[in-house]
Amino acid sequence: MSHDPAQNPSALAVGRFDDLNPSTHQPDVLVIGGGTAALCAAISARTAGVSVLLLECAPKGLRGGNTRHSRNVRVMHESTTPLSAGVYPEQEFCSDLSRASGGTADAALRRVLVRRSAETADWLTNMGAHLQPVSSGVLPMSRKTLFLLGGGKAMLNALYARAERLGVEIRYEAEARDPLIRQGRLEQISVRQGADMQTLRPGATVLCCGGAQANRDWLRAHWGEAADGFVNRGTPFATGEVLQSLLRQGVQSVGDPKTAYLVAVDARSPADDGGIVTRIRCMPAGIVVDAHGQRFHDEGGDSASTRYALWGQRLVGRPGQIAYLILDARAMRTAPPALYAPIVAASIAELATELEIAPASLEVTLARYNAAVQPPIENDDPDGWHTRDLDPPKSRHARPLTEPPFAAYPMRPGITFTYQGLGVDEQARVRLCDGTAMENLFAAGMIMAPNIIPRGYVSGLAMSIGVAFGRIAGEEAARYVQR
Amino acid sequence: MSSDENLAEARRVLGICNACGYCNGFCDVFESAKHRPALREGDLAHLSNLCHACRNCLYACQYAPPHGFGVNVPRALASARHQSYLDHVWPRALSGLLDRSALSALLVGLGAVVFLVIWALVAVPGEVLFASHEGEGAFYRIVPWGWMVLIGLLPLGWSLLALGVGLRRYWRLTAPQSVRVTPRVLWAALRDILVLRNLRGGGPGCNDLDDRLSQRRRWLHQTMLLGVALSFAATLVATVYHHVLEWEAPYPLLSAPVLLGTVGGVAMSIAALGLIWLKWRGDQTPTTARARQAGYAILVLLFLVAVTGLALLIWRATAAMGLLLVVHLGSVLALFLLLPYSKLVHAGYRAIALLIEAIEREGRR
Repeated sequence: MSHDPAQNPSALAVGRFDDLNPSTHQPDVLVIGGGTAALCAAISARTAGVSVLLLECAPKGLRGGNTRHSRNVRVMHESTTPLSAGVYPEQEFCSDLSRASGGTADAALRRVLVRRSAETADWLTNMGAHLQPVSSGVLPMSRKTLFLLGGGKAMLNALYARAERLGVEIRYEAEARDPLIRQGRLEQISVRQGADMQTLRPGATVLCCGGAQANRDWLRAHWGEAADGFVNRGTPFATGEVLQSLLRQGVQSVGDPKTAYLVAVDARSPADDGGIVTRIRCMPAGIVVDAHGQRFHDEGGDSASTRYALWGQRLVGRPGQIAYLILDARAMRTAPPALYAPIVAASIAELATELEIAPASLEVTLARYNAAVQPPIENDDPDGWHTRDLDPPKSRHARPLTEPPFAAYPMRPGITFTYQGLGVDEQARVRLCDGTAMENLFAAGMIMAPNIIPRGYVSGLAMSIGVAFGRIAGEEAARYVQR
Repeated sequence: MSSDENLAEARRVLGICNACGYCNGFCDVFESAKHRPALREGDLAHLSNLCHACRNCLYACQYAPPHGFGVNVPRALASARHQSYLDHVWPRALSGLLDRSALSALLVGLGAVVFLVIWALVAVPGEVLFASHEGEGAFYRIVPWGWMVLIGLLPLGWSLLALGVGLRRYWRLTAPQSVRVTPRVLWAALRDILVLRNLRGGGPGCNDLDDRLSQRRRWLHQTMLLGVALSFAATLVATVYHHVLEWEAPYPLLSAPVLLGTVGGVAMSIAALGLIWLKWRGDQTPTTARARQAGYAILVLLFLVAVTGLALLIWRATAAMGLLLVVHLGSVLALFLLLPYSKLVHAGYRAIALLIEAIEREGRR
């Protein structure tokens, strides 16, 4: 591996920081953030031979941004590998992205991402991370994404260990703030660690600090009162301070702050950081009613993995941003394991009382639904149960809900990431409003993901963007410092 | 924590695991838990004994402390596992021996050695005990053959009975309703024991000490297993020599019993020291004090058995032989007595857990 200084001693020999006191030195490259993109940028810059300081605002135990909650990474691969089921050609990856984002993405950056993604498995493996082979026999079927053995946190542990061994200086609970742009350059940026404030003037800076989904004020500014009903599924440290400050100073904004990737999560989840286990998944097994006990959408219509996000979006429009998935005993037996046990009651009226829904209203909704249920038209289609003359209809999986006890999962929109970021060019340099690229400021990961995916999502993409553009930004930042 | 609280905590964390599933590449526990969503008492006993305490799932866990969910699977399963050991001790009244392993190892170990030393001082004339003996039958001049067999077989017989009762109860609690033990399934379970497939973290190794992966515990454990097996083989061969060939111990240095015993003893000593070192230096977050204590107790006892055996070999032609022999026999006696009341019970329960997994995997094919 040519990037590994162990095999390429000259890479470390040109480091210019060994004789400096690490607590006072100005790093060649400053990396802000602690997730996939940040680690990939720091490792890439360091192996190119420059001094690197990485600022992670979380404490060590919660490091890594939303990578901690990730599991898989989408990569193009033209030949079969032990890590995925089948091939995923460049053209297919590009068209998947194009379709998911409605054709609004930056095509040049998309191409860079897709091509770079082909190196992901080798690079991560060389950095000490481990991928889970399909032969383990316990992975969800996936042709387009690779799975990290043990998930994102296991990969982070490996990357942090590698970065430390390479000599990247890592500071935890170190919050970057007040970036100052002057004459098209990042002139300085401050670091707060507890009561200490320090001003840094790094040679180049790579921003890998994600979006603003954990910032309640930001959410309220764009979503109004509905934001109070959101659960933040991910890290509480994605507050978007640096992002907002830069946007105020004339950096190019991409994406739409009024949109976010939302999935349906259990309403009882913690306000932040509940991650993957908070998802509610079995809408097709029951009916979904709002706080008035009324149905509002076809629960059986979509069964692809994208349904989680569709339901998140739908919940935003409901009163109080809350809705309830209602199941009967039969449906409960088919439900996947969940973080919290459902709320259970012997009758629909009692369940409604528990949920503070008018009992008569929920009873009528359920009675109408059960009366409208029809068996499948084709005999060999067990999921073909559907409703007739019901508005909204339930087009598939519409089994009668009659077997007590009855159960409910309360649901809220769970925000995963926001769709506003910084414009970048193909070297990951941050653009100003006039489109010119700044020479010493780079961005990677979710803070620039809206260039590639300004709306929609495909699984494993955040990790792809983090690895690909983290590496690009680290390499380019080092090249700029060494110019 | 009380036993109910231990089980409730194991149920809580595995419930979160079942909704997550990221760790299913590390070992069989997570896939097995997915097939046991109710997480009843028997399920928890099975899962906790299937867990090889490799710790990867703590280091990889997005919900590990300081996260509010506070998920610590290896620790929760260590508690549940210890509880399952206690629940299956026979007779039940002796479960305190396993619960306070350090104290019982100390008392039983010292007791057995002191008892035999005093017995030797009283029963064996001083000029015999402290003389140097050579040639066939030297050991039996100190402790007559019949006594030696009695010291070995009586406690061993009792212990095997107690182990058997515990294993039988455990099997009834955890085995699936329809069981088909085929040679294929047995071989799969045996292979999992021999290669410790569940102690590899899915391939790259385990967090034996800290956040770095290693295969150290896996190798040390198998070195111990090999050492014990060789020592046992030495005893078997010696029995054949004695009864069939009518050669009396001590045997020459290059004879099979001595060679097997020496290699076995050295392997046991190295493995015990290595495992004690891992326990001592390793992160304690994924374990419990009780589990660590049980580990230390049995490792120290195994080390004593091995080291006194080696010492006896080295100094068997000197005047020290008499006492060394008695001390070695005392440590072996203590080990035999504690077989069903120490961490050694893990061997049987884990073997059953691996067998059940092999049966269920076969059923899912």
